[in-house]
Amino acid sequence: MALYSEKVMDHFRNPRNVGVIENADGVGEVGNAKCGDIMKIYLKIENGVIADAKFETFGCGSAIASSSMATELIKGKPVSEALTLTNKAVVEALDGLPAHKIHCSVLAEEAIKKALQDYYEKAGIAYDHTQFPDCESCGHCCGHEG
Amino acid sequence: MQIYLDNAATTKMSKTAIEAMLPYMDTVYGNPSSLHSAGQVAAEALTDARQRIAACIGASSKEITFTSGGSESDNQAILSAARLGERRGKKHIISTAFEHHAVLHTLKMLEKEGFEITLLDVHENGIVLPQQVAEAIRDDTCLVTVMYANNEIGTIQPIKEIGAVCREKGILFHTDAVQAAGHLHIDVQEQNIDMLSLSAHKFHGPKGIGVLYARKGIPLTGIIEGGAQERGKRAGTENIPAIMGMAAALEEACAHIDENAEKMTALRDKLIKGLSKIPHSILNGDAQRRLPGNVNFCFEGIEGESLLLLLDDKGICASSGSACTSGSLDPSHVLLAIGRVHDIAHGSLRLSLSEETSEEEIKYTIQSVTEVVEYLRSMSPIWRDLVSGRKEFVIK
Ligand SMILES: Cc1ncc(COP(=O)(O)O)c(C=O)c1O
Ligand SMILES: [Zn+2]
Repeated sequence: MALYSEKVMDHFRNPRNVGVIENADGVGEVGNAKCGDIMKIYLKIENGVIADAKFETFGCGSAIASSSMATELIKGKPVSEALTLTNKAVVEALDGLPAHKIHCSVLAEEAIKKALQDYYEKAGIAYDHTQFPDCESCGHCCGHEG
Repeated sequence: MQIYLDNAATTKMSKTAIEAMLPYMDTVYGNPSSLHSAGQVAAEALTDARQRIAACIGASSKEITFTSGGSESDNQAILSAARLGERRGKKHIISTAFEHHAVLHTLKMLEKEGFEITLLDVHENGIVLPQQVAEAIRDDTCLVTVMYANNEIGTIQPIKEIGAVCREKGILFHTDAVQAAGHLHIDVQEQNIDMLSLSAHKFHGPKGIGVLYARKGIPLTGIIEGGAQERGKRAGTENIPAIMGMAAALEEACAHIDENAEKMTALRDKLIKGLSKIPHSILNGDAQRRLPGNVNFCFEGIEGESLLLLLDDKGICASSGSACTSGSLDPSHVLLAIGRVHDIAHGSLRLSLSEETSEEEIKYTIQSVTEVVEYLRSMSPIWRDLVSGRKEFVIK
């Protein structure tokens, strides 16, 4: 299907890092079933570095590919660097997404931020709250394009 | 290998239809409006096709208008009835919640003009009752439009009985028979139909050509202005090759309608039986009163687009009512209309068979869908919540 780039299809067909981390240091879940996409990211963090990242996704091809790519992009990176991951970087790494699928990359960015926030909370590390999106219930639906 | 199970979207053209078109592209290429002999041969072909199509639905030639397809026919039928009603001070239209957008969007437009629209509930089985229509009719009702068979879930409406209710009250009755034509019997007389839309590409004819049947005496409102083609009701040089292809395809489909239905129904029921074995799955629409080729399921815990993409990798062409495939926020209005909640509607799959679908294809499809649903569930956070009991299953 020409809807997606080869990169997207590769990450959709062979998603990297699918699964669950038991006793994860940070977990972030965003989206809701009503809009048709849910992403859940699990992080293992050692010495301030993302030692492992895994995901579970309910969603379309680009949602699965975005989760896969986003986890790839942060694995092995310091937490401070992972925090700067943008949806744009995910889109670029995937060689682009159709306009109405950009929200999937936004979800991936937000899921990772949420997992990192959860890590800060669990570890009792002070952090800047303004760094994190506060859309809880369904900000993504509202920002949905198309 | 490709297994095409999206015949409700469109069909492959039949050899008969292709062959019927060819002469009208090279040898008989005249414009039927021309006075010379080349034009007159084309005009004769047009007359002949109109006659043959009329015969397939129990109408007469004069009641057939050629259009660009189902959408245009729906638009013109509804607008014509609305303009007629308006002149008599009647601005109320009755339809159903799960019509095709060609109908619903036209009604929305009329609503903005001041028409009142009543959309009838179609119940969980996807069937509207004649009694609902009778109860919804008012003094100012000018049109009832109810589709013959639904394009997503395939449910067949009691058209003849609804037509009878309308006839008794003297209200125009239109039916969108785009999914029915060539697959279910149509007799506009016996079924009390005043106006009917059909589209050739749903029965192995060419795309971009269709018919609006309007009972003698119903004045049509033109929506394309220009020349005097189609008795002045639809301007534009007739698409003779497509019309000839449509006539051939419809005749062929109607000649084999019962044997095709029998064969497809058997395979359809095998497919339904096979997919029902997938846990937490549900058939959408009445199990019996549905098109011979339509199967539509919801699978809890997964999303439809990823299902379609993975089936495509296995060579299966299908369709879904998920929001991600429709390019809009909401999942299919049809699934919502039969009461499926959003979460469930996103995980829908439509498989629509043709006469050529084989038993092997059905077996392979059951196996493939089962595998793909299981795989997608294995990576779905919703599914994890469901099986762990943190969330309750909607589909038991
Ligand atoms: C029920 C119904 N009505 C109308 C249409 C529109 O037909 P067409 O594609 O010929 O405009 C379709 C086809 O998608 C349909 O299934
Ligand atoms: Zn999506």
